[in-house]
Amino acid sequence: MIWKTIKVGFHRLGSPPNFYRLCQRFSPWLWGGFFLCAAVGLYQALYVVPPDYQQGDSFRILYVHVPAAWQAMAGYVVMAILAFIALVWRIRIAEIMAMMGAPIGAAFSVICLATGSIWGRPMWGTWWAWDARLTSMLVLLFIYLGIMGLYSAFEDKRKGARIACILILVGLVNIPIIHFSVEWWTTLHQGSTIRFFGESTMHYSMMPPLVWMTIAVKFLFAAALLDRSRNEILDQDRRRRWVLEHAGVNR
Amino acid sequence: MSAAMLALLVRDLRLAIRHGGQSLMPILFLFAVLILIPLGVGPGPNLLASIAPGMIWVAALLASLLALEGLFRPDLEDGSLEQWWLGHGPAGALVVVRLFSHWLITGLPVILVAPLAAQMLYLPAPALGTLMLSLLLGTPILSLVGGLAAALTLGTNRGSVLLSILVFPMVVPVLIFATGAVDLAADGLSPQAHLGLLAALLILAVTLAPVATTAALRLNIE
Repeated sequence: MIWKTIKVGFHRLGSPPNFYRLCQRFSPWLWGGFFLCAAVGLYQALYVVPPDYQQGDSFRILYVHVPAAWQAMAGYVVMAILAFIALVWRIRIAEIMAMMGAPIGAAFSVICLATGSIWGRPMWGTWWAWDARLTSMLVLLFIYLGIMGLYSAFEDKRKGARIACILILVGLVNIPIIHFSVEWWTTLHQGSTIRFFGESTMHYSMMPPLVWMTIAVKFLFAAALLDRSRNEILDQDRRRRWVLEHAGVNR
Repeated sequence: MSAAMLALLVRDLRLAIRHGGQSLMPILFLFAVLILIPLGVGPGPNLLASIAPGMIWVAALLASLLALEGLFRPDLEDGSLEQWWLGHGPAGALVVVRLFSHWLITGLPVILVAPLAAQMLYLPAPALGTLMLSLLLGTPILSLVGGLAAALTLGTNRGSVLLSILVFPMVVPVLIFATGAVDLAADGLSPQAHLGLLAALLILAVTLAPVATTAALRLNIE
């Protein structure tokens, strides 16, 4: 009985008009959550947290850098779950959402790499180092770009989405292997270089803004994902009746 | 089913032999890259010896990309790819055969010319065996991963550039462990751990890549 309710709900969610309306309802709340958490987080990060005893004020960039890095990785997991759903149950909404997640994930990787680079210039004295984490983030960015490229190379959007979903799942197997191999590569070649500080060594006074910013970034990801998927559905279904009705076009 | 598999293998090899010159193109490309390296970085034996493992592997990797475009496309165009699904038995078996024949045609020659390549870049003699062993373990992974990328991009028109972008992240671990093994051997250390990991990657690729390749091909002919 419960199973049946879940199944019916699942299918109802999978219908584009229903999904569109649901996104429309949730999206303002998610954006609101993002702005609220980001405002609290950024205020604390810039005004409340004391300067670091070694790095002074420049460490504050971590409040953007670290949540972006986490979200670049978490976003991939979300995409992989959606890709699995899309391939197993052939649900179109899941295909679209998985595809729409890729540019957002790529954007977070770019934010992570850019902020890391800006921080690295005064701290390490270089814009770029072949450190394990930097390299695996760069490879992750290329995986995202590959997924986007593959999806856009197909004329038939559904086919492209399904094939890119296979690539997403292949990447899910690959990413941990790449991560650990790259880690081993740098430790073998250069010994331990300068590393980002682990969380455990972080002073507790620095933590609250990081938590706020992490939550804010989750909201941002969800809001962007829903909005992008909503637009994509509208675009793909632009000749369907429900879109025309929604737009107030009478035929 | 085994008759079909054997027939496909024989056909692929026969085609490769009859197209002799074309099949050797990746090897020629490999040498072209290896000739360009000393011209680019200078002919100093010490420098060349120190970068030799990485350069030979990168050249092998680039060479392996060349032959991928034609891995499934001719079969898709003349319709024989669909027959793989219409015949008896699982199409995946034929996919494995195709990948194996591709490795025989493009991967095996690289291993055979490795001693020559090693000489060109002054790779220390004790490392040669490890280089060939790393190629023996690594080139099948390149074929498997490349085949997967070729299957994914099969339905697109501008596949080849996209194909290299898709292959690049997937072969990062292969490059790291293979060149790591050769580097260690060149320094007189045991490359066993790296080769072991490379073998593990090969087993993983053999197990998973054909499944994903078959699924991607299936979607492409739908």
